[in-house]
Amino acid sequence: MTTASSETATHSSTTLRAKDYKSEVKPVWCPGCGHFGVLAALTKAFAYLGLPKDEVVTVSGIGCSSRIPAYIDGYGFHGVHGRALALAAGLKAARPDLTLVVAGGDGDGFSIGGNHFLHACRRNMDMTYVVMDNEVYGMTKGQASPTTQPDWSHSKLTPRGTGVPRFYPAAIALAAGASFIARGFSGDPNELVRLLVQALEHPGFALVQVLSPCVTFRPEQKGWKQAVHPVAEPAPDDPGKAASLIQSDDGLAIGVLYAQRQPVYQPRNRAEAELAEIEAEFLL
Amino acid sequence: MTDGFQSCAITGSGGSGAVTAGMMVLDAAARAGCYGLMTRSAGPQIRGGESAAMLRFGASPVACMGDSFGILAALDWGNFFRFAGEIPLTAQTLILADPGAGKVPPQLEAYSEQIRWVNLRELADSLPGGRFNMVAVGAIAACAGLPLAAVLQAASAILRAKDAAVIDASHACISLGFQQFSSDGKEPLGKEPDGKKTTALPEVPRRWSISGNEAAGLGALRGGVRFVAAYPITPATEILEWLAPRIARLGGALLQAEDELASINMIIGSSFGGVPSLTATSGPGLSLMMEGLGLAVASETPVVLVNVMRGGPSTGIPTKSEQSDLNIALYGLHGDAPHLVLAALDIGDCVLTLHWATRLAEHLQTAAIVLSDQLLGQSRAIIDPPGLPELNLARRCMPLDQGGDYRRYQFTEDGISPISAPGVPGGSYTADGLEHNESGTPSSMAGDHAAQLAKRRDKLTRFDVGPLWAEISGEGDLCLLTWGSSHGAVLEAAATLNASGRPTRVIGLRLIAPLQRDALLAAISGTRVWVVELNQDGQLFHYLRSEAALPEHAMSFARPGPLPLRPGEILTAIAAEATDDHR
Ligand SMILES: Cc1ncc(C[n+]2csc(CCOP(=O)(O)OP(=O)(O)O)c2C)c(N)n1
Ligand code: SF4
Repeated sequence: MTTASSETATHSSTTLRAKDYKSEVKPVWCPGCGHFGVLAALTKAFAYLGLPKDEVVTVSGIGCSSRIPAYIDGYGFHGVHGRALALAAGLKAARPDLTLVVAGGDGDGFSIGGNHFLHACRRNMDMTYVVMDNEVYGMTKGQASPTTQPDWSHSKLTPRGTGVPRFYPAAIALAAGASFIARGFSGDPNELVRLLVQALEHPGFALVQVLSPCVTFRPEQKGWKQAVHPVAEPAPDDPGKAASLIQSDDGLAIGVLYAQRQPVYQPRNRAEAELAEIEAEFLL
Repeated sequence: MTDGFQSCAITGSGGSGAVTAGMMVLDAAARAGCYGLMTRSAGPQIRGGESAAMLRFGASPVACMGDSFGILAALDWGNFFRFAGEIPLTAQTLILADPGAGKVPPQLEAYSEQIRWVNLRELADSLPGGRFNMVAVGAIAACAGLPLAAVLQAASAILRAKDAAVIDASHACISLGFQQFSSDGKEPLGKEPDGKKTTALPEVPRRWSISGNEAAGLGALRGGVRFVAAYPITPATEILEWLAPRIARLGGALLQAEDELASINMIIGSSFGGVPSLTATSGPGLSLMMEGLGLAVASETPVVLVNVMRGGPSTGIPTKSEQSDLNIALYGLHGDAPHLVLAALDIGDCVLTLHWATRLAEHLQTAAIVLSDQLLGQSRAIIDPPGLPELNLARRCMPLDQGGDYRRYQFTEDGISPISAPGVPGGSYTADGLEHNESGTPSSMAGDHAAQLAKRRDKLTRFDVGPLWAEISGEGDLCLLTWGSSHGAVLEAAATLNASGRPTRVIGLRLIAPLQRDALLAAISGTRVWVVELNQDGQLFHYLRSEAALPEHAMSFARPGPLPLRPGEILTAIAAEATDDHR
């Protein structure tokens, strides 16, 4: 399988609808925030796949985007800043039966959580990582994030811009060994659902970078609506081809950028001994 | 064996095999029916360099290394000066040395009369495949009064993975070394009729040979731990290495993390999944785990962290011991974050303390930090197999029929809310490190904050922990109060005080937080209290003071590591105070 699509998804007999996956908790997000679209798309993808509500777990760090677990009716863990992928790795190792979605922002995932991101890519445990990228720290009120353009000078912390090149999530994920890389846009819900379904079906670590405008601190991102465009070609399963696709990309191409089956890491073992046998090792 | 124990230090450098020799002597002592303790000391080198094995054995359990060594066996003199401070000698110490190993170091000039020369290298070279550390093993055993048969059995057991030729060569070396010092000159070297090389030994009770790090791992497995996240750090790594293959055999999992920030969050995730979970680290790693521990406390996710202390601060002295991480274990978390802090009192006690800590964390749905240290972790003891206590402390699972109203952080009489796990229908919730209400929904309201803070405190303070909070021994008007590996030296100091007519009580604290203040006050009532510990500033002493758990005139005996506390220095401090009193 190189490009899983919603057309190939197996419908289950369940009658759950997207709204059944929404909790009663009211989001704290600003009106118009892109994260609403991501929440809607996620619940639609769950419904499409007919995932049992109690067997999906959403794990997040800290940030506006990381609030998402509370808004989903199911199990969730809203952890600390940057550590969601690590928490999810432990959960998956202990409970391989669960469907795991890790959700957060670009600051959470690529700055404070950067090391975990690299190792999650190469560890290739079966989970879907949805990064809501708005190229800014929303929750702490408008600082530059790793994906911010170097000349963006609207942050009080970096009034002359960061002066530092941007972090390219797709390129770095590919280099770190990720087996599924896609980019979505929260303003294109149908396509986002399609991508999320493919990511959820992909065995292994699937990154979905979602361009999700911060209308409060980056109002110009409303322009993404006109700027995004589909990826030029079907997703390559060859890392070399994917690298050239990603390198030539303007960061606004929407679709699957790379998909390949790779061994999925899952350390849980079958019991083959009793504790008494292990204790007997100490007997002289 | 004036005090009923035989003690011996074996030093060497650059792969001379001091530690293997020590292991063999310890194993032989066990086969001869003794209890024993062996500590290791190493410099900062990765391989080779200097290393020393220090052993003590006798007919009763060995609590500490004592004040000096009866035998010093020097395989060579390389870097001996680095150990001089760790190996106190007396006028009675017998020094075994090889003339082929070069000039005796200046630190030993005063003891030159006590040196017994033995040609370790020459004797080893006289045998095919001979190794001089094996000749030394035989010589030490003879000097220490161990039967040759026990040493030969120990060698077979320790070298069992090697070729028969290697084992034969070792047996021959050991016998040759033994003959140098055995009183009748020779115990038979020959084979028994069935080809076995060892003569029979009397039946002795079957004991355990276990290190503190192995004991901690075992205690965790007894407590039900089936997920471990690992990031290597000396001296905690061996817990993780011991656990890795064994937890897999039990159907659990160990995940090597990218760092300690990951480790602590991984075990929060796995525990949220319903699997009791643990990580092990040492000081620098503990610093990195503080934020994660706070998350476990706030989200009420049970986790266990073993911190094997080493000399600090910062990277400190990785290969040597200290008890200086108590402050961070107690106070390192931000906010009001009540959690459990425990400390193991000896090697065997690592089994019980970890078992209990795991069960307490599971029952109370909180984080437990268990303090061990390099001295416990990397030492090996011969002990009676620790019994398996019935602790009956489990996660309180959510009742199945909730009628759609499951509240994860529900207020209950004892503060412990029923917990569910992913996959359980009707039990879904979002675990949250943000302050939340009973349902888990984030809340910044003062009322919710105060109520949840109180709940998380009260569930710990209202819980009846039973008698395991401390080990209390002896009666008297003097009380030595201590924690962790210092317990051994304190017990021995107290034995000397009792024998000299100064009745002394010893309290080893196993549960440090929440402090069982009333029980402690009752246990020390009417005594002159000394708080004994291995750190510069008296961390336990100041904690107990701040908790109003010490009488006005309590005394502190604290000194930094990395040299372990010795009974004699505790006695000297107490004697000095007694002299002051009489002035
Ligand atoms: C250890 C730590 N450092 C800093 C913070 C403060 N903090 C909270 S959210 C956040 C940034 C979130 O930005 P991003 O991940 O891009 O998400 P967004 O809010 O834009 O959705 C920061 C720095 C924190 N909570 N914890
Ligand atoms: S600050 Fe930005 S990211 Fe946060 S909720 Fe508002 S619009 Fe969304």
